[in-house]
Amino acid sequence: MTSSETTYKIRNNQSVQLDLIPKYEYAKFRLLMIELLGKSGHHCLNYFAFKNANALQFIACIADDNNALIHLLSHEMDLDAKCTLEAITSEIPSLHLFEREIHENFGIEFNNHPWLKPVRFANNRKNKTAINDYPFYSIKSEELHEVGVGPIHAGIIEPGHFRFICNGENVLHLEIQLGWQHRGIEELFVQKKKILERTTLAENIAGDTCISHTTAFVNLWESLCNYTPDESLEFARTIASELERIAIHTGDLSAICTDIAYQMGNSVYGRLRTPIVNFFQEWGGNRLAKGLIRAGKINYPFTQILAKRLLNLLTEYEADFNEISAKLFNLPSALNRMEGIGVISNKQAITMGTVGMVARTSGLNRDIRSSHPYNLYQKLDHQPILKHSGDVYARAELRIDEIAQSISYIRKLLNNIPKFKKPENYQFVSPANTFAISLTEGWRGEICHCAITDDKGELQAYKIKDPSHHNWMALAQAVRKNEISDFPICNKSFNLSYCGHDL
Amino acid sequence: MSNNLQILWHQGKQFIPNLTTSQVPGIFRGRPVISSTEVDLNALAALCPTNAIGTKPVSVDMGKCTFCGECAIQFPDKISFTKDYKLSATARENLIIKESDENPLLINPDEIRKEIHRVFGKSLKLRQVSAGGDNSCEMELNASNNVQFDMSRFGIEFVASPRHADGIVITGPISKNMARPLEVCYNAVPDPKVIILAGTDAISGGIFADSPALDRSFLSNHHIDLYIPGNPVHPLTFINGILDLTRRS
Repeated sequence: MTSSETTYKIRNNQSVQLDLIPKYEYAKFRLLMIELLGKSGHHCLNYFAFKNANALQFIACIADDNNALIHLLSHEMDLDAKCTLEAITSEIPSLHLFEREIHENFGIEFNNHPWLKPVRFANNRKNKTAINDYPFYSIKSEELHEVGVGPIHAGIIEPGHFRFICNGENVLHLEIQLGWQHRGIEELFVQKKKILERTTLAENIAGDTCISHTTAFVNLWESLCNYTPDESLEFARTIASELERIAIHTGDLSAICTDIAYQMGNSVYGRLRTPIVNFFQEWGGNRLAKGLIRAGKINYPFTQILAKRLLNLLTEYEADFNEISAKLFNLPSALNRMEGIGVISNKQAITMGTVGMVARTSGLNRDIRSSHPYNLYQKLDHQPILKHSGDVYARAELRIDEIAQSISYIRKLLNNIPKFKKPENYQFVSPANTFAISLTEGWRGEICHCAITDDKGELQAYKIKDPSHHNWMALAQAVRKNEISDFPICNKSFNLSYCGHDL
Repeated sequence: MSNNLQILWHQGKQFIPNLTTSQVPGIFRGRPVISSTEVDLNALAALCPTNAIGTKPVSVDMGKCTFCGECAIQFPDKISFTKDYKLSATARENLIIKESDENPLLINPDEIRKEIHRVFGKSLKLRQVSAGGDNSCEMELNASNNVQFDMSRFGIEFVASPRHADGIVITGPISKNMARPLEVCYNAVPDPKVIILAGTDAISGGIFADSPALDRSFLSNHHIDLYIPGNPVHPLTFINGILDLTRRS
């Protein structure tokens, strides 16, 4: 029996009866996971445990990017069983955080896990270590010193703690301690029953990725409840997702310029973000597009007038954007701060299981828009842009190229604006004992939402994975052997989410 | 390749000359207005994801409202959102807009602590603390000082250290894990100092209000000087709120 026959296979935005997902003894489950994840084009989308009656059920979702398939497999154990499991991380390092989460929430011990530390100090965790008692790695040496930063940082950003071990100006090691932002979102998804409450929660998972997280939720909910969205909804979600990418990438370029002390780049990119977010306000009344994406309807139709506004705005944007980008990438003082700084090699990118921009700038082709297309991405025939140097330069350059690509997609979509219907509330009914999954490619990378219903059709578990889940480790590795003064520019070039990780 | 002067020239004039009278583009969900039309009040109240709609009398609590606009879509004759972005108040209860309240929200100078005008009237340095914020309010606070809104023209700025600050701006519903760092940061700010809550999550907890992962005791232990609603707060709402608090008109 090969592993491909031993899993249940579904596609993005599909659901399955929970008992059709094959269950294995842990030893077999572990071997299957290692075999599947060793194949080319396969990576782990989500791996979690949840309480199912008196059992603790583990579910793993493994993507096969070459065939647009998602493999599902499962393991079940007695809820109170005191047993130690052999870590899969020892063979597949990219699973480290998934196992840490299961350890933190349910007290499961994993043998041979290299780094079984708390993840986010979740409110309902089994392991009650306090957030101030995080076991930081340290090295005893008179030559070395430690630098602690945070949780509150100097700028207007979210909290997280960074602990550096330095030799003079050089960073030997960085450990990132998160969890400060934990709001208990996954539990609230289960607690709150109204669809508008859950949509509002999805909008607040990470406010800078409002469109992509909310789209993941509504796509999931519609597919779970067997509702087929019409083209106008798919159109609105696709165009909004690309606009969000342009807006945030532009803001990031502004922030990168700030961190290399290039004032003009900061001002020009900063002001170029404004017309894009103001367009969201013209369309849906909110600069970050909260209130725009809804399951089964849209309250704000995309009109011909808006299309004309958007086309004009993009033309104006493009001229000024190209001008400042040409300038930035020809300034020796700027290039010197970006080239060869904060490098992630292709091998590291694969080992750590990076996704999105961080994967694509190290030559690893991971993009849900092409590998597991949703909404209108199949029609756009998306080809991911790849860079290979894995440094700050690559991450800045990728943003420039992806903005150009997003603009071309929006122009293509605007050639054919579907008719929008008057918004009506559809009564969604979720089926019993079902597992559903939805993937989107936010501007940071792959977003994965999973829902599981109980025998009454009510949600019993909702699992969210932000791309930052995989990529924070990449930031910690990228700054090794760099000067500590280059940390801000490295951090900004990744721009990872604290609240998306902490949930 | 363009030279620097050319690039500057091409940006044109970006700054908004008058931040207190400027119009926001497109649709904006600002201060709500509630008509006296009769509708099914239970259905109206049940609609709101954050229980911001009260029925006796009919009211919208801007401290709880996420400004999603769903009530105005489904009950357009009852509730509408105006483009008025001046939403701030010095007392929590002033954020509750009742049926037939149509006047702009004004800050009553008598409600402001005496030293605020005198000490912070010409310069106010703020330390921002995100305590479970989702990075949307944080982005809008950053935008408040971009080349368009240019808040620092009024001497109002965000600073890196609480030691340099005259007060703190809190965003987010205040997670348990951030409760202590928030208190430590506040204690590090020298007296006299102000506390400002920015955004629905900070004011009421928003959609997270009943989450057991929050610890909002900081708010009951300290006097809050200004409440600035929004989800996220619009830069114009933020700047006008601070100006109304610190300037004598």
